[in-house]
Amino acid sequence: MNNGLHSMENYLSGNNLEYFKSCLLPGVVNPTSKEVAEKLGTLKNDSVDKPYFFIGAGTCGLGAGALHTKKTLLGLLKSLHLNYEIIEVGCIGLCFAEPIMDVFLPGKNRLSFGHVTSDKVEPIVHALLNHDQAILSQALFQYQSDHLMKWENVPFMEEYPFLKKQKRIVLSQCGIINPLSIGQYIAQSGYVPLAKTLKELTPIEVCDIIEKSGLKGRGGGGFLTGKKWKFALSTPSDQKYFICNADEGDPGAFMDRAVVEGDPHKLLEGLIIAAYAIGASKAYIYIRAEYPLAIAHLEKAIDDLYLWKFLGSNIFDSGFDLDIIIKKGAGAFVCGEETALIHSIEGKRGMPRPRPPFPAVSGLHGKPSVINNVETLANIPAIILNGSDWFNSLGNNNSKGTKVFALSGKIKNTGLVEVPMGITMREIIFDIGGGPKNNKLFKAVQIGGPSGGCVTNEHLDINIDYDSLKTIGAMMGSGGLVVMDEDNCMVDVAKFFMDFIQRESCGKCIPCREGTKQMQNILEKITRGRISEKGNDALDRFKGILQLEELSNTIKETSLCGLGQSAPNPILSTLKYFRHEYEAHIFDRRCPSGVCSELVNFEIIEEKCKGCTLCAKKCPSSAIKGTPKAPHYINNEKCIKCGQCLKVCKFGAIIKN
Amino acid sequence: MKIEINHQSINMPAGISILDACKSVNINIPTLCYLEDLFPSGSCRMCVVEIAGMKNLVTSCSTQITEGMKIFTHSNRVIAARKSILELLLSNHPDDCLYCDKNNSCELQKLSAELGVRNRNFSKHSIEKEIDKSSPSLVRDPSKCILCGRCVRVCEERQTVSAISFIKRGSQTKVTTAFDGGLNTSNCINCGQCAMVCPTGAIVEKNNIKDVLAALSDPDKVVVVQHAPAISVTLGELFGFKPGSDVNGQMTAALRKMGFQFVFETSFSADVTIMEEASELVERIKKGDKLPLMTSCSPGWIKFIEHFYPEFLNNLSTCKSPQQMMGALIKSYWAKKKNIDSKNIYSVSIMPCTAKKFEAGRAEMITGGFADIDAVLTTREFAKMIDMFNINLAKLKPENADDPLGKHSSAAKLFGVTGGVAEAALRTAAFLITNDDSKVQEIREYRDLEGIKELTLNINGITLKTVVVSGLANARQVLDDIKRGIKQYHFIEVMTCPGGCIAGGGQPFGLDKNRIISRMKALYQIDKNEKIRKSHHNKDVAALYEEFLMHPLSKQSHELLHTSYKARTGY
Repeated sequence: MNNGLHSMENYLSGNNLEYFKSCLLPGVVNPTSKEVAEKLGTLKNDSVDKPYFFIGAGTCGLGAGALHTKKTLLGLLKSLHLNYEIIEVGCIGLCFAEPIMDVFLPGKNRLSFGHVTSDKVEPIVHALLNHDQAILSQALFQYQSDHLMKWENVPFMEEYPFLKKQKRIVLSQCGIINPLSIGQYIAQSGYVPLAKTLKELTPIEVCDIIEKSGLKGRGGGGFLTGKKWKFALSTPSDQKYFICNADEGDPGAFMDRAVVEGDPHKLLEGLIIAAYAIGASKAYIYIRAEYPLAIAHLEKAIDDLYLWKFLGSNIFDSGFDLDIIIKKGAGAFVCGEETALIHSIEGKRGMPRPRPPFPAVSGLHGKPSVINNVETLANIPAIILNGSDWFNSLGNNNSKGTKVFALSGKIKNTGLVEVPMGITMREIIFDIGGGPKNNKLFKAVQIGGPSGGCVTNEHLDINIDYDSLKTIGAMMGSGGLVVMDEDNCMVDVAKFFMDFIQRESCGKCIPCREGTKQMQNILEKITRGRISEKGNDALDRFKGILQLEELSNTIKETSLCGLGQSAPNPILSTLKYFRHEYEAHIFDRRCPSGVCSELVNFEIIEEKCKGCTLCAKKCPSSAIKGTPKAPHYINNEKCIKCGQCLKVCKFGAIIKN
Repeated sequence: MKIEINHQSINMPAGISILDACKSVNINIPTLCYLEDLFPSGSCRMCVVEIAGMKNLVTSCSTQITEGMKIFTHSNRVIAARKSILELLLSNHPDDCLYCDKNNSCELQKLSAELGVRNRNFSKHSIEKEIDKSSPSLVRDPSKCILCGRCVRVCEERQTVSAISFIKRGSQTKVTTAFDGGLNTSNCINCGQCAMVCPTGAIVEKNNIKDVLAALSDPDKVVVVQHAPAISVTLGELFGFKPGSDVNGQMTAALRKMGFQFVFETSFSADVTIMEEASELVERIKKGDKLPLMTSCSPGWIKFIEHFYPEFLNNLSTCKSPQQMMGALIKSYWAKKKNIDSKNIYSVSIMPCTAKKFEAGRAEMITGGFADIDAVLTTREFAKMIDMFNINLAKLKPENADDPLGKHSSAAKLFGVTGGVAEAALRTAAFLITNDDSKVQEIREYRDLEGIKELTLNINGITLKTVVVSGLANARQVLDDIKRGIKQYHFIEVMTCPGGCIAGGGQPFGLDKNRIISRMKALYQIDKNEKIRKSHHNKDVAALYEEFLMHPLSKQSHELLHTSYKARTGY
């Protein structure tokens, strides 16, 4: 049987092995192989001896009401006097289907149900216990196994459209295993890569494996991870640090949160291996305080690691010491930048500094430090376990392995997806994501957050990898995908990102601090109606347009850090692909999507107006004039675009354009 | 290492920045945030240059030269970028230059002229921010601040005080004290080094000219003035003299022209300070307690100890600073001698220092019901008054200060430079111990701008371990070493500002090293040329003791010339 203990026996011996066994099977002295197999079977959830219920209780699940579902389920099961187990799991990626409840009955495959709000609990449980097949049509999918009975007419997980095209390495256990159980992680061969690393590999060998695998930083930089480690490994120092960047700050990105909430041990194992590879005896996890659940799971996982002696001094008698410290950040976007993050850990204001020296040479407290993000580190155990060739065979040309994306915006299936590099954007948006909501027309998808760009219809067939995206002015970024449909105004989208960047700029360098403010001002002016214009505003909006591109160049060329250098991207990208929308705003003072409220015009269709005067009475700015029983008209100079007239007209005589 | 700057091939030592490389061949690159000797912050982006083969422009302050590097310091692209950045800055600047303290001495103004900014390219969105007038020494106007961060870095890195830092983000960012509470609520030590490096008028001294003008025009007041040893070698720079020119006589003449009735030199009371402090040192060594003795002339340093190292309060010399000693002597000894009612005396001091304004206002500095000093002007304010009175300094005939508080030894003059107080004190202490004037003359080991200068002296079998410190980061290091037991000393001289009073917070703006060195050399030249080079040789000082104080550390001198300190809190 290939399980965690079996593999661990290959690496551990003597006291280490005994202690490990006593942790895995508490209270059992000299366990027989049968006992071990049974215990691991239960831990692994290969089969169950009583009904198991799994509730998706990541942040997305909780937001959808998972706790109500759980409460109802508890009440129901108590009233049924059943012997049962309820386990809270993380997010499996189907955020659109939350709350998700899995039902695992003895002898049967594990079944997954979506949208299980508290009112749906009873029908599902009753039906399953009473063998009512009709309920199965509501199931999302069933897990595959070779020794359990399958449910009829329920697709297997691998066939489920949202999951079919995915290749899950980082997310492989997310939403499936109990994130708070180290035993369960180990039962899935967890920490075997760590044991292998500490017992069989030298730090340079680990770096070599990672470099050869072709793994690149998943936080946005796209630098070869193994190479970065080697810089730090080869810099002599009495103290080195490894830092995990879990300060996920892009609007629309929630991959790291899901990993930490759903499978914290995967990250921790990657982190311990990485620290070993560069010779760091202290590791920090810099995580934003807005992720309380993730922090709680991390804390529990780290406590367990110390208890099991997977952390601390002389781990597995290898001579390697490591402590992991959680550092909570206050949620500044710029603290995702390496040097700003380091300042923040040091207790200083999170502001970037010029590089070189790079952190790998002089980082935290002036010591060699490597910073990798959560997704990068979560890839490490699998690479150690399966080898660099395996990882290298995934993906395409220069981009190896998989990438996790967070799908959000105007898309049917919002959630997390992990796909092999090189897949097309069309496959993600339409095959996995199901296309825009309500069958609206797809307009664009913003990739890479505020630093990235948009991918439009014409580029949907582009391969998603580091290099291809750059050719169309976008970037991989950390993996947020925000889908926009025909109802989105791209000038408004650019304004949103500019507003975000402007507020999140650390204020250190002039181009970023003042330049983004100017750009935001210009966009404000473009989207403003005549009514709120003062002084030279009308002139300024034309002047502003002429400046946009020049300003973008200055900001790009001269900003201190990546945040500033990429700050103009949302504008440049929308300007490139949606110039006509900008022109409509500037020249016609018209917002084609009807989003920019000040540019919307209300009009009365003469033929339909009965002259009831209701609209004129309701108009707060006295912009509607007319005599009773005769068609009215709207003075657009006075109109404040509140839309009251449209609401009150009983004859459909008022239109918005 | 061979590099190319503007098509010109040049050999350069490896490991230096592009900015330094350019400087060494007299190519000037504008900077707004650069500070010598500190890690480049790269915030102003003004020093960007173009490098062949690089996509983006790079900041020359933070980029080191590499073999074969081709640098363009003034290409079209570079100038356009600099101008754009400057225009962006100006979009958020009040630019009411006519009403600004820094008019004609502002780096931003100068850069705008250099880069030919002639119209407002970006729409203005300046945000009014509240002016911080809470400090007795400094005024901060955040609206004029361009957030270059020089003040923050000087305060944190050179002085390790960290009274100010950035708050908020994006265009809302501003430099302020903890909890935005105003300098007087912070642990600011009033040294004014922030004002020295501020490129705009965002930090300047609190201006007291108005008070002085009012006193000058008051017929009931006898307005007297003292000027500090470091003023005479710096004032000239503001009137076109070359750095290091000594204008002592001219400025005495200028003061009389303005209407000051009596002009004294703080150097006189510096001699008195030496008499007191050297005696204190000898006494403490004999008794063997409260060592090391630490000098107390520098009010920023005093407040630093009060905030950060209260455990060393007893180590501070109880001597008031020369400014305060002079103030106390004017309103007692001199008033009595001249038969003037002390309450009619308005006592002004001209100081290289902003912290002196704070010191003059301390509660401990009231003697016999009168404030020792009524108004403190910095070198810069003094220069403004000279302008206001349309006095042409260069054309004035040098005059001598008034007796008996005007004569001084050249040892007192050395108070203006780091190491000077220690040198003067040891000249006299050696005499007090040995009764022999040949023991200590010039002390070469103290005579440079190094931040920490150690020297062990042996005077007639008595070993004296001394250290001279300037800049409070260095002071912190020395104090920490003492606390850890790594170092032991008998005598420590500390000057708050790196280099001493010649680079004090009230001196002409800017911290150009060459200028500071010229000022230092000027003081040593004065010492060299002087016949009376030791404080105990000052006849008027001897007379003071004979007629009034009896002897150093007497009851009278304790009442008039010594003070006490207190622990302080604050962020």
